[in-house]
Amino acid sequence: MILVYVDHDRGVLDELSLQAVAAARGLDTDVQAVMVGADAVTAAARLGEFGVTTTHVAVDPRITDYAPMATGRAVAQMARQMSPAAVLAVGSPRGNEVLAHASAIVDEPFAADCTAITLGDGVSHVTRNRWAGNVLEDARVHAPMLIASTALHAFAVDPVTGSGPAAVVEFAPELADADLAVRIVDRVGGGGGGVSLAEAKVVVSGGRGVGEGGFGPLEELAALLGGAVGCSRVVTSAGWRPHAEQVGQTGTKVAPDLYIAVGISGATQHIAGCKNAKTMIAINTDPDATIMSFADYAVIGDAATVMPALVDAVRAAKS
Amino acid sequence: MNVAVCIKRIPLSPGRWTLTADETAIDTSGSAMGWTLSPHEECAVEAAVQLAEGGGSVTAFSLGTPESAEQIREVMAVGVDRGVLLETDGSDWDGQATAAALASAITADDTDFDAVIVGTESADASGYQVGVRIAHALGWPIVTNVKGLSVEGGVARCERVVGSEREVYEVSLPAVIAVKDGVNIPRYPSVPGRIKARKKPLDTVTPEARPARVEKVKLALPPQETSSAQVLGTGADAAPQVVAVLKEIGVLA
Ligand SMILES: Cc1cc2nc3c(=O)[nH]c(=O)nc-3n(C[C@H](O)[C@H](O)[C@H](O)COP(=O)(O)OP(=O)(O)OC[C@H]3O[C@@H](n4cnc5c(N)ncnc54)[C@H](O)[C@@H]3O)c2cc1C
Ligand SMILES: Nc1ncnc2c1ncn2[C@@H]1O[C@H](COP(=O)(O)O)[C@@H](O)[C@H]1O
Repeated sequence: MILVYVDHDRGVLDELSLQAVAAARGLDTDVQAVMVGADAVTAAARLGEFGVTTTHVAVDPRITDYAPMATGRAVAQMARQMSPAAVLAVGSPRGNEVLAHASAIVDEPFAADCTAITLGDGVSHVTRNRWAGNVLEDARVHAPMLIASTALHAFAVDPVTGSGPAAVVEFAPELADADLAVRIVDRVGGGGGGVSLAEAKVVVSGGRGVGEGGFGPLEELAALLGGAVGCSRVVTSAGWRPHAEQVGQTGTKVAPDLYIAVGISGATQHIAGCKNAKTMIAINTDPDATIMSFADYAVIGDAATVMPALVDAVRAAKS
Repeated sequence: MNVAVCIKRIPLSPGRWTLTADETAIDTSGSAMGWTLSPHEECAVEAAVQLAEGGGSVTAFSLGTPESAEQIREVMAVGVDRGVLLETDGSDWDGQATAAALASAITADDTDFDAVIVGTESADASGYQVGVRIAHALGWPIVTNVKGLSVEGGVARCERVVGSEREVYEVSLPAVIAVKDGVNIPRYPSVPGRIKARKKPLDTVTPEARPARVEKVKLALPPQETSSAQVLGTGADAAPQVVAVLKEIGVLA
């Protein structure tokens, strides 16, 4: 049996977690899930569509919103009780955090961001991302139960046709008050109507080549295409754009349908954040920039002239 | 406040990655290579220095080879007061062993710490766990992925960014805080800072080794992109061709 931690936000299923469910199904036919919080119940049943037979939902009146230590405790408890061959989650910030807690509690190793998993008796083999995926590590994990997260987008979500809802079984996790000391107490910002970078279908991203005053047309293009603005680390370090817009190894990882890289050279740390884009268009004065080997299409030219022309052309095409 | 910060010596990431002949490490013999800290940890150091500014001290802990002293001196130049090097022979330590050694060094230290600041993940190992394991060993709360941090009245207010929103967490100290690049803008060392750094105390201890339970067998480089972009045109004249592509892939109706 494989146990998968599936995340949700105030009842809304985390779609990325379905990647871990898919990875689990590649290892075993018996896939069960663990979710935390009473508001997870609806999402818990939906997991049947993805091949989960049973979802165990930790319910405690003190859990009113995401609480990482309590969640790790609940996952650890379920892992001890069920003795699965593996405990998986997707390698999102929350997925990695929850599994780090669970593995610390059961004092077992944790292999983060795996792109391949082979289970063995006492020793499992994984391939995992190091250096934000610039380097792959083959590792042996010595543990009776493998605790591992799946690298983002390493496993494709696959619904199971004709399957019914998963059985939902509630359980009461054994929690100390200290486990609930860390929890979301407030949410600020948001609701500004802007499209979030991580989820945007189109990202218009600017680098040093855009220049401090050159982001206006990028914002216009992003708005026209219903997308978000991104940027490179050079841009955030210079204070031209907020850090929240940084794409890359230490910024946000995006996987949009279209990524437009304007005046970005294509450093490995930047590519680590956008290589999962379905289509990439590079706009750069240098036809030999590294970005050209990652992009599908390119325009050779100065951002200051190409971008306004592109904004006009898109606006004309829309009207 | 007395703050501990955990930092790790890593090779500067190269423009083009190459591995050693035995495929167990990144080739650092190239002339341009040097050593650094991961960006999250540069921010961890800055956060620690800022928290101690109202009175208190910052101690940097690093587990690594004797050469890690270079990185400890570097952070001393930006305000860290003293260092503890947990010296190893360069063999691979996994997250569990690293955290256990750091937690016992932090506990054994004469200073009573109010906070331990770490990176959410290290740039080289990308393990996502050392801070969490330290927190469990110390019995302290931890907030990870922290992009906004302030402390008032013994309570740390931590923010993490999710989409366009910021989630707020509040924890009482002592606590472990795992930060991300962007939580602050790290200061640069000044010349007097560098001079002072040379005289600051640096202790060396020998941590208790444990066999790695995530045991590295070998490293590999992902398949290289060999394709090249299809050039749609040059300058402003290329706009119509771009629009055609946008329509073809369906982002423009
Ligand atoms: C551990 C680590 C983590 C890092 N994490 C990140 C990260 O998360 N994200 C990130 O982005 N970087 C990251 N970096 C930094 C990264 O290595 C690069 O320095 C950075 O991505 C380069 O940004 P850039 O492409 O904007 O600038 P440059 O590399 O300077 O490239 C500018 C590009 O603009 C082009 N150009 C110049 N003028 C024009 C013009 N008028 N019109 C059009 N094009 C023009 C140039 O030909 C060039 O290709 C990290 C580095 C390290 C060491
Ligand atoms: N060898 C080490 N010495 C000191 N701190 C470390 C070491 N390894 C990891 N850390 C700290 O733990 C954080 C998370 O590391 P990791 O779990 O490897 O991703 C890093 O950003 C550091 O702050």
